[in-house]
Amino acid sequence: MKPGPCKRIGLARQKKKKRKKIGILFAATPLVSLGFRVFAMASRPERVAPPEIFYDDTEARKYTSSSRIIDIQASLSERALELLALPEDGVPKLLLDIGCGSGLSGETLSEEGHHWIGLDISPSMLNIAVEREVEGDLLLSDMGQGLGLRPGIIDGAISISAVQWLCNADRSSHNPRLRLKAFFTSLYRCLANGAKAVFQVYPENDDQRELILSAAMHAGFAGGIVVDFPHSSKKRKEFIVLACGQQSMGASLSKGKTEDEMGLSDGREDQTVRFSDRHRPLKKQRKNDKSGKGKDWILRKKEQMRRRGNDVPLDTKYTGRKRKGRF
Amino acid sequence: MRLLTHNMLSSNIRGVVNGFPLKIEAVKVVEKSVDMNTDFLKNMFEKIEWKAFVEASVSMGYTELPEEADSSLLDSDEFLSRFHHALLELHLEEGVLVCPETGRRFPVSKGIPNMLLHEDEEQ
Repeated sequence: MKPGPCKRIGLARQKKKKRKKIGILFAATPLVSLGFRVFAMASRPERVAPPEIFYDDTEARKYTSSSRIIDIQASLSERALELLALPEDGVPKLLLDIGCGSGLSGETLSEEGHHWIGLDISPSMLNIAVEREVEGDLLLSDMGQGLGLRPGIIDGAISISAVQWLCNADRSSHNPRLRLKAFFTSLYRCLANGAKAVFQVYPENDDQRELILSAAMHAGFAGGIVVDFPHSSKKRKEFIVLACGQQSMGASLSKGKTEDEMGLSDGREDQTVRFSDRHRPLKKQRKNDKSGKGKDWILRKKEQMRRRGNDVPLDTKYTGRKRKGRF
Repeated sequence: MRLLTHNMLSSNIRGVVNGFPLKIEAVKVVEKSVDMNTDFLKNMFEKIEWKAFVEASVSMGYTELPEEADSSLLDSDEFLSRFHHALLELHLEEGVLVCPETGRRFPVSKGIPNMLLHEDEEQ
């Protein structure tokens, strides 16, 4: 019997077995489901579950204890506040934080001395906000049901990464178009004349962006989208800036930030597109006559597997030996 | 929830014409002192529905606000400090908000009013 192929088959079988074991583990331990959540969070929480279910106790705590998220939220809300362009008269304003979550964005508002009312649909997130002793008032409320606020009283509204949730239909009774309409009309009603609303959003595609904007325009808002860092896929952030009342938007809509403003770009963009010389003959690919990864590599890998507690065949003189040419 | 927020809140149930003011049934009220900002108070005074504000503060157990108020009172420090106390320092921690038209009860727990509507109440 030839040892080589046989061994191979054996290995393959082992692998299969291991995979099976892992499969069972997947089903049994809650740890793995957490892992899945992390993965899901990294992509789009909207696709996983409705907000009040997705942001449960564990997710809410994780959200608020991640320093990365805290930093992002703080910088986003600072920028939103900047875009809100409140009059600089030193008088604290009454602001609205829609989808305030655990109050990370509200903290920025408090730091600037403003009073705020935050609303969110996830009780777990609000509980964390209470624990963190945020200064604003909290309401458990669904923005898609409209805001139950008196007309003309709010000096400005911000919302960080929340409005795109409205585009989902999480229940049979949900109709995204109607929910957006209810939200924007009630928001328009409760804002004071000339007040602005700034929403940082992650629309999934152009259709969603269009849906949100058209709902806002139908409600009577004027405004547009400010895009920060439009050329960076990671840093790119979109803000929908809306104004109600007779204020002309043209002059007040600020420009999006770009890398150049931040002094990060070194003009590399101009260098990305270059003509390549078509006539130069293609470089001959040097043939790598060293086949395989070598004995050292195999031994290292096997050691690694052993450390993980896997069943690994012993190292013998046959390990990683050179095959005859005929093989 | 502070009375500032209470004075802004109205019931949002389908068919309700006047959902303001929500009646307060207080179970637990706490006081947290915050710094006074006269400019903010003067700014807010115009927006506050005074009658509802006084009623709410009475139901929270604070009775030192005058029944009627106009902007001339804003020069009085005593009035301002009472206004400040009622507006920003009284928190409804546990209790119920009641819709004036339908009698629907919105529970308040840990200072957070639950304003979620049932499906048949949505607009």
